[in-house]
Amino acid sequence: MPFWRKYIFSTDHKIIGLQYGITGFIFLLLGFMMILLMRWQLAYPEQPLPVIGTWFGEDFMPGGIMTPDFYNQLGAMHGTIMVFLGIVPLVFAAFGNYLVPLQIGAPDMAFPKLNMVSYDLYFIGGVLMLCGFFVPGGAASSGWTSYPPLADIAPIGQTVWLIGMVFLINSSLLAAINFIATIFQLRAPGMTWMRLPFFVWAQLVTGFLLLLAFPPLEGASILQLLDRVAGTSFFLPSGLFVSGQPMNVAGGGSVLLWQHLFWFLGHPEVYVLILPAMGIVTEIIANNIRKPIWGYKTMVYSIVVLGFLSFIVWAHHMYLTNMGPAISVFFQATTMIISIPSVVILTALFISLWGASIRFNTAMLFALAFLPMFGIGGLTGLPLGLSAADIHLHDTYYVIGHFHYVVAPGTIFALFAGIYYWFPKITGRKMNEVLGHLHFWPSFVCMNFIFFPMLIQGLAGMSRRLYDGGSSYAINQPVLHWNVVISIAAFIMGAVQLVFIFNVIWSMFRGKRIHDDNPWKATTLEWACPSPPGHGNFLTPVAAYRGPYEYSVPGAGEDFTPQYQKQEK
Amino acid sequence: MDAIPYTVHERPDTGLFNAKLGIWLFLSAEVMLFGSLFSSYVLLRIGSPNWPQGASLLNIPLATLNTVVLIASSVTVVLAWASLRMKNLQRCKLYLGLTMLCAFIFLIVKYFEYSAKFAHGLFPATNNFLGIYFTLTGLHALHVAGGIVVMSYLIGPGSKMWRTDPERFTNRIEVAGLYWHFVDLVWIFLFPVLYLL
Repeated sequence: MPFWRKYIFSTDHKIIGLQYGITGFIFLLLGFMMILLMRWQLAYPEQPLPVIGTWFGEDFMPGGIMTPDFYNQLGAMHGTIMVFLGIVPLVFAAFGNYLVPLQIGAPDMAFPKLNMVSYDLYFIGGVLMLCGFFVPGGAASSGWTSYPPLADIAPIGQTVWLIGMVFLINSSLLAAINFIATIFQLRAPGMTWMRLPFFVWAQLVTGFLLLLAFPPLEGASILQLLDRVAGTSFFLPSGLFVSGQPMNVAGGGSVLLWQHLFWFLGHPEVYVLILPAMGIVTEIIANNIRKPIWGYKTMVYSIVVLGFLSFIVWAHHMYLTNMGPAISVFFQATTMIISIPSVVILTALFISLWGASIRFNTAMLFALAFLPMFGIGGLTGLPLGLSAADIHLHDTYYVIGHFHYVVAPGTIFALFAGIYYWFPKITGRKMNEVLGHLHFWPSFVCMNFIFFPMLIQGLAGMSRRLYDGGSSYAINQPVLHWNVVISIAAFIMGAVQLVFIFNVIWSMFRGKRIHDDNPWKATTLEWACPSPPGHGNFLTPVAAYRGPYEYSVPGAGEDFTPQYQKQEK
Repeated sequence: MDAIPYTVHERPDTGLFNAKLGIWLFLSAEVMLFGSLFSSYVLLRIGSPNWPQGASLLNIPLATLNTVVLIASSVTVVLAWASLRMKNLQRCKLYLGLTMLCAFIFLIVKYFEYSAKFAHGLFPATNNFLGIYFTLTGLHALHVAGGIVVMSYLIGPGSKMWRTDPERFTNRIEVAGLYWHFVDLVWIFLFPVLYLL
């Protein structure tokens, strides 16, 4: 096959998974660099950024000092890029594309051409988003949530954002259809529902979340696009004044309508970010504790319940609006209920560790770190789910600390864990363990120095929307010094990731070659095919004969019994 | 192990071939898309002190004609699939052509409705009723146009598959038909909500 057919317009799920992975990581890095710029501004407001400050031009950073508008653009784009262009494509599309067909014993995805199209749409949408920086007025600057009426009257960058968003949504929809169809239709013989690896279950539930939650945001984006280009007023109330001038629109719209439509996506989206991460972590923990996962079935039921409940909690993001206490009470109740299945999954993973002889490789370290980090992220969410406490906390750094604990040391650690674990599958070589430890420990420490002080600042009442890091308010003075700590930790964190990038590239060419297709002695089906797998995956027809985590079965010759090993009569 | 299983025949335990499951999933997403816009309609209408009656601004006879046309097209698309099941490609193409003809009639009628509105100075920006009317019917018209593209492919270059893989081609007509029924169904909801209520 010619190069462009094999690597650019490929229909092979593994190549598409890698395309998603590489593109996603570039976006992740971009989003991270944006936040580093912002962190400089927050720690040292009004001081010129050394060395690279003047590279951004007079429009964005005159004299190396960031303008408030540029700060807003970076903030909005950091959120958008991290959520829609970084994490979702990585955790769902990249890992899912590579692993789901392998783990269920399928030759490819159910619709390979559609798979290619969804990657292309994602790529176009992502590039469009970035183009926002080059239009007059800069990129979208109304936050990643694009609340109207601010977003309705923002410069043209917001229109670019909306068009990019429609591309991304369609990409996710096609990917979700493909994943669900693959898992339903292409399971190998014997791969019954309760023999599916937990990662596949997580992907299935995530697929349904994307399928059903994203279309309302598409509808909302269409409405906002029409507000901006056709002069409608779906989100513009009557009697709106902008800069002292009455707005010349029909009015009668509702700003809450956008918030409802946005959070109807936004909350299931949170679970889109975390469920596949739980799946990855479960696979790695199961492999490295060398004993069965405790409560596999309970975990499966929990994740299904979690998926269902995530559709009826969205308005807990909106307690501060005037939607009324009766509605708040309903959403407060559902929010408390949804914490139960998450706790069940986390507890099952913790209990699994009990009495195990754990192998502490880099993948396992990241997976283990996921548990308490996600635990902090989840538990700090409870006060936000109670409407009374939320009124104090909502617009403070506490919220930033809370959800970053879920997504950054949570999901991103799971991503790292997954890369260290499946790297031999993809390249046939292991990643360097020493560099892995050098990557893990500083990252783990820095993550906590970045996000824990935010919880402290938030409890002290520091607003999360201040361009100068809060230094102009007397109330923030006692917690202001944390800004410097956070920023320095973030810069070190950035430097440590260079170790990871070096490790990936070095290990690709110089890493220790694996001599066995199953280097971790794992049980799931992806290790039944060659590492790396060729087109069409399995050399011989494959089937599942047992559950996914049969480690240390009494009487077995080895401490693992793969799913593809026939039952002895 | 190169070919993807169940592209043509049904998987015994799910009772579906891949594309059929795919189109049902796609349609469920479409339900959520139109559902969100219908919900927006409800919310905007509740919040409005002077929401106009659809009949006072819109042309009910033309919309009734369009309803009949679309329902007829749903019948012809089933007949197209039935003809293929009876191994008659020519008759299938005839019925598909009739379906496309109905789709075109629908869009032409819609064009006249739109231009009459514009001629009277009624634009999406005029008020939120017209805004949501143009959004919903415009999005629906895009779906009709999408159906025309799919059917012209199936009548034209796509029909070559009939010689190489007749069962798979029959499946494709069925899947296209499911999509077309959905487009029809959306209109069945749009008509009373926008024109009559």
